[in-house]
Amino acid sequence: MASKAQKKIGLAVLGWVVALLVFFPLIWMALAAFKTEIDAVSSPPKVIFDPTLENFNAVFERVNYGNAVFNSIVESVGATLICLIFAAPAAYAMAFFPGRKTKDLLMWMLSTKMMPAVGVLVPMYLIFRSTGMLDTRTGLVIVYTLMNLPIVVWMLYSFFREVPKEILEAARMDGARPRQQLLLLLLPLSLPGVMSTALLSIIICWNEAFWSINLTASNAAPLTQLIASFSSPEGLFWAKLSAASLLAIAPILVFGWVTQRQLVRGLTFGAVK
Amino acid sequence: MATVALKSVKKSYGDINIIQGVDLDIQDREFVVFVGPSGCGKSTLLRMIAGLEEITAGELKIDGKVVNDVPPDARGLAMVFQSYALYPHMTVANNMGFALRLAGVPKAERDAKVKDAARILQLEPLLQRKPGQLSGGQRQRVAIGRAIVRQPKVFLFDEPLSNLDAALRVQMRIEIARLHSSLAATMIYVTHDQIEAMTMADRIVVLRSGKIEQVGTPLELYHYPANVFVAGFIGSPKMNLVPVKVQSAGADGITIVLPGGGTAMIPVQSSNAAAGSAATLGVRPENVAISADGPIAGEITVVEHLGGETLVYVNVGEGPFITVKAGGDSAANVGARVRLSLKTDEANVFDTNGAAMVPKVRKPLADLEKRGH
Repeated sequence: MASKAQKKIGLAVLGWVVALLVFFPLIWMALAAFKTEIDAVSSPPKVIFDPTLENFNAVFERVNYGNAVFNSIVESVGATLICLIFAAPAAYAMAFFPGRKTKDLLMWMLSTKMMPAVGVLVPMYLIFRSTGMLDTRTGLVIVYTLMNLPIVVWMLYSFFREVPKEILEAARMDGARPRQQLLLLLLPLSLPGVMSTALLSIIICWNEAFWSINLTASNAAPLTQLIASFSSPEGLFWAKLSAASLLAIAPILVFGWVTQRQLVRGLTFGAVK
Repeated sequence: MATVALKSVKKSYGDINIIQGVDLDIQDREFVVFVGPSGCGKSTLLRMIAGLEEITAGELKIDGKVVNDVPPDARGLAMVFQSYALYPHMTVANNMGFALRLAGVPKAERDAKVKDAARILQLEPLLQRKPGQLSGGQRQRVAIGRAIVRQPKVFLFDEPLSNLDAALRVQMRIEIARLHSSLAATMIYVTHDQIEAMTMADRIVVLRSGKIEQVGTPLELYHYPANVFVAGFIGSPKMNLVPVKVQSAGADGITIVLPGGGTAMIPVQSSNAAAGSAATLGVRPENVAISADGPIAGEITVVEHLGGETLVYVNVGEGPFITVKAGGDSAANVGARVRLSLKTDEANVFDTNGAAMVPKVRKPLADLEKRGH
């Protein structure tokens, strides 16, 4: 029998190994971003090297980083807000006035997330082309909204279910209409949950690459599309690609760091009850 | 002026009938208590009156108007919930003023009304606190205050005291009774606690399995229960329900065979009771006494000294123990063989179906006077 202390050490080691495995590509990318192209591909890999900023200069010269950051923010925040506007009433109705089919409806919504996106790429592309939404922020916001709605509804649904039913009944007795129940009671009462839902949605949008690469080119291109543009037919430039990637993930990394407490609470919600 | 009338009101979920046709007229300013075991539908009935549950069939009238399809807030009611259901993110003042705020009442007027209600309930020092900072009793008072502020025609209470400790419950019971007389409002109160029902009600409605078993004043229910269920439910300690056999039925009453073979003549109208049929004798513990020449013999099994009175449980050989309420200085000893006598003119007899036989003489009841009957 392993003692408690041994178990603890074992778990700690396991934790570190997993963390390193997850973190290694990020570290490697961050290092590569400061290497010259030759250092970046040298074998055996160089751990000690002369750091350089030339990759970043190259990235800034070649692409409009500011525009991509702006697009990423507008698209992820915009889609998230629209998601919340649609999802909150839906979750309210499902949490407090469930019908016979509510569970099925929720499962169906989730099932749409299981379909590979590429399955609808061609129709989506054609729709975007004929409606003139290719490479527009509006188009991408619409796609992101649809993409995240099921998750946002699900999360809000579970947060709303935490609010005692009697509170809404008391509000009904007091004359609160559904909109007032939602705005004056449910949202303030489940604010931490709503916040973490919004954070998660923003992060998912920010990291989304499939639709942004296929439906945008330059005007509406977010950071993910910007990274992809560096793996071009001209050949791979590891160092520049790494620099671009680092620039792309930096904002969301900082954002995630700042809001991690909120996020963890949201993601583990209901798991420890 | 606020009356509530239910006419064959029903509620069903699919095939399950929760409320199976309730008829009830509640007078203006009356304090009516719905009481019954859990699952009897009393809360559902209250929520149907409130408008929180739909009425499957029948008619609900408030002040003579059918309100089946009127939303809760437009019915002119206020409800106090068992869990208080305060809005946790709002101060006490905002909790109490929420309905007025929604109704668009100007802030100054709102504040004045909240202050008034707070004064009645001694909540003034707590107005700026959040519900989380209050004790159970204080929260309960805020919940009542929230109802008062709306000046409703009818107050609905859904087991409001069951989350409080015993001492506080007695105190709040008195406070609600006091409010009832000072506000002169109609109140409907749901509880499973028959003591609450007895102490507060003008009229008690006893419910079982979605049906009304009996409606009456507390003393009416206590002295003249309509059936075995009401007899067993109302009163503490419980009425003794003794299985007996009918020996003969005459003009003066019914003669029954008691456990052990003794007989007693109970003055009830018993024309339809056949000799030899089974019946149930209902006799309150205070109407049984230990006396040498009583018709029932038994052995004392448990003695509970409550100070002012003593409860003596007597094993009479067959059926449940018979409870005797004796004086506080009773010398009853466990194991002693005793004989029990009954006050036959205070006893009830229930036929094979559990329905009460009508007593020959009904004595005047104190609480009927009070209600001006």
